[in-house]
Amino acid sequence: WGTNEGLIIDILGHRNAEQRNLIRKTYAETYGEDLLKALDKELSNDFERLLLLWALDPAERDALLANEATKRWTSSNQVLMEIACTRSANQLLHARQAYHARYKKSLEEDVAHHTTGDFRKLLLPLVSSYRYEGEEVNMTLAKTEAKLLHEKISDKAYSDDDVIRVLATRSKAQINATLNHYKNEYGNDINKDLKADPKDEFLALLRSTVKCLVYPEKYFEKVLRLAINRRGTDEGALTRVVCTRAEVDLKIIADEYQRRNSVPLTRAIVKDTHGDYEKLLLVLAGHVEN
Amino acid sequence: MRKGCSKFFLEDERQFERWNDSAIKSLKAEFKLFKDVVVLSLMHPWERDARLLKKALKKGPPHYNVIVETACTRSSDQLLGARKAYHSLFDRSIEEDLASHVKGSERKLLVALVSAYRYEGPKVKEDAAKSEAKALLNAIKNNNGDHKKKAMEEDEVIWILTTRSKPHLKVVYEQYKKISAKTITEDLEVELLLKETVECLCTPQTYFTRVFGTALREDAKEDAKKALTRLVATQEDVDLKGIAAKFEDKIKERVKGAYKDVLLGVLADDRK
Repeated sequence: WGTNEGLIIDILGHRNAEQRNLIRKTYAETYGEDLLKALDKELSNDFERLLLLWALDPAERDALLANEATKRWTSSNQVLMEIACTRSANQLLHARQAYHARYKKSLEEDVAHHTTGDFRKLLLPLVSSYRYEGEEVNMTLAKTEAKLLHEKISDKAYSDDDVIRVLATRSKAQINATLNHYKNEYGNDINKDLKADPKDEFLALLRSTVKCLVYPEKYFEKVLRLAINRRGTDEGALTRVVCTRAEVDLKIIADEYQRRNSVPLTRAIVKDTHGDYEKLLLVLAGHVEN
Repeated sequence: MRKGCSKFFLEDERQFERWNDSAIKSLKAEFKLFKDVVVLSLMHPWERDARLLKKALKKGPPHYNVIVETACTRSSDQLLGARKAYHSLFDRSIEEDLASHVKGSERKLLVALVSAYRYEGPKVKEDAAKSEAKALLNAIKNNNGDHKKKAMEEDEVIWILTTRSKPHLKVVYEQYKKISAKTITEDLEVELLLKETVECLCTPQTYFTRVFGTALREDAKEDAKKALTRLVATQEDVDLKGIAAKFEDKIKERVKGAYKDVLLGVLADDRK
């Protein structure tokens, strides 16, 4: 990369997806190599990884992140769930299409092949979903399904078919209504009831799934907080979240971060990172202000 | 015209030529088949498939084979289109409706089948196909004696059949023949829905032939004829031509009127 990092940050950092695609095309024509190839090299440092991820089309980026997740062990389930639940139905679809194109197989078969037990039971339907995206809500259904969820959770049947069915097939609006009813009727937030065993990883995934579906900014705030304080095992979380949310809802996440930590996200990033990595992160986070 | 169709009319004591009741019924049935094939053919395929799925779900378990047929014989993008159309038509996703209305052991299989977005390239994993054939064999053998759980409820069976590409599954089918005395479909005689799933995915020609054959029998029931209508309206001619040719004589013998022309039209070179 030589000494042009500053220039690269300036150029790529401030471009939208369409412009970045054009840059990528030009890069390939100029250097005879796809930017993606460079990503395959294991030695990417934080800055290079952020840069290259940012240069990718969002669908390809999600496909790449998902593919990496199917090959790793720790926190990989969370990344798969995150992609499946925080993207729109069409964005998830485009990611699956990009996956076909790049890896010559489907995301679903990789998830099926690389996950087991309850995790597979939850993740496979999540990545296969194509949710209805209307705002209509059926209150009768919300009541019925809130009751169903409450019964299953009380019985500790966390991976029950019905629990999974509700979370994996209902529209986000419907799930929201159901969970509101749950709280009104049974007193607790569903996630509070899902904290029965703090060490249970499946429960943790279930709680994160709920968050991603109804208030993703809270989910992302926590991921960022843990990453910045070095308290998680989610490597690359900072890069991933800033990169994937910069053109979506990073502003809302940043507001949530400030609310929760009394410190602006940008300041926390400055404290925790340095060099070109820090510069590019700030440009992307600053995208928010544009 | 009436003079020429004497067998339809009976003269009674009032010298009034009335229609023969059973003749009316059969004429209406033939026209309905014709109407159905026309309506199905004219609708946008996505809407058509969304409506087929909805209707099958509403009619219940004996009609779930339509869900299997639709989910398995369409291309990935056609099935996706049906899912989009379903959103527009019914304000729900097909997955949520299936998941909440199908109560029996077929629920997991059906939901997974309609949610599939299979890779469509030719690349196949031989080693994986071998071990998956073995896994299917085990699931079928283990559950033949045990009537509590069916093979179609096994997670392994479901994810193999609902996430792998069709070319890959065809290899799995071949591998299975090497390790078992029978084909997968022969071993699945007791689980009809699962058998049809495998047929539609791996040997669609066998499935189509069976539908043609059953519909063109002397004692063919309404549902059998409807199944043929559906096939003719939804499948590509190129896939049906060879089969229709084998049945050409039966079609000419058993089917009448405009509906016959539609069936024979599959054989014609210049259609669509």
